[in-house]
Amino acid sequence: MYRIGVIGDKQSVKGFKAVGLDVFDCLNSDEAKKTLRKIAKEDYAIIYVTENMCKDIMDVINEYNSVRLPAIIPIPGMDGSIGIGSSRIKKAVEKAVGADII
Amino acid sequence: MARLNVNPTRMVLTSLKKRLKVAVKGHKMLKDKRDELMKRFLELARENKKVRAQVDDQLANVYSNFVIASAVMSSEVLDEALMYPKQGVSIEVGKKNVMSVNVPVFDFTTTTDDASNIYPYGFANTSGELDSAIKNLSEIFPSLLKLAALEKEVQLLAAEIEKTRRRVNALEYVMIPQFQETIKYIQMKLDENERGNQTRLMKVKDMMVQEAILEKVENNKIAIEEYKREHLN
Repeated sequence: MYRIGVIGDKQSVKGFKAVGLDVFDCLNSDEAKKTLRKIAKEDYAIIYVTENMCKDIMDVINEYNSVRLPAIIPIPGMDGSIGIGSSRIKKAVEKAVGADII
Repeated sequence: MARLNVNPTRMVLTSLKKRLKVAVKGHKMLKDKRDELMKRFLELARENKKVRAQVDDQLANVYSNFVIASAVMSSEVLDEALMYPKQGVSIEVGKKNVMSVNVPVFDFTTTTDDASNIYPYGFANTSGELDSAIKNLSEIFPSLLKLAALEKEVQLLAAEIEKTRRRVNALEYVMIPQFQETIKYIQMKLDENERGNQTRLMKVKDMMVQEAILEKVENNKIAIEEYKREHLN
């Protein structure tokens, strides 16, 4: 049995609590980084992180790219998408193919 | 291309030939693996992009509902309403093997008594916008999970493709030419030795023939002397 976590600013993530996800609200990216490292060791299979938190902790997120679990997935926050999710796909394609062809 | 630092002997030559054969075979198989991985990866990446765009849209919708809800209600009431969740979600993680890459498969179960009543609050103090926000959020939940599975798969496959491509290139541009070069070197060296041996033998034979001729001439001389002595006196 695994759980799902959500990391982000309070405004964005509080709705996820209602549908049964474990919510960790963070004030800044340092806190988000610490939380992410902590819960990645626990039994979370998926951790959603809002993009405004993501952008400063990409180095930590990329560390988990090549391991099977957890899957760390950026989602847009309250203030809309800033394109981190799609740029991650782009980067993966570039890494695999050598050029962005998607 | 640098050749390997080995002794040019027949034994090394045989083992190198064997290694070259294995390397060529491995190169072919890895190349096939890379091509197949690439094919699947591109399909997945396209789908991932589609799902990502869809989720972005849907989440924006949910957030706008939330914004309206938090505008209508005071933030304390909103926090209180969402404080204790009624629905729990747990996921099972399965395994899927895509060209020897272990990819997680997510399967979620919700623990709730009644699927139609997921709202963790009474309706008296909350606004309708909150209801629709929560409803939307729980509706897009499957696509959120799908996004997670797809994105993880894409990341894992990308890493695997990169690894495979490096191996293919290492075999194609380093290992195989090195083996070929070394095999050629050993063969030339062995041939050279063979020729050296041949010439030496020929030389020795020449010398022996020369010696034999000289001996024969000497013997003849002696014989002629003897003959002269017997018959002329």
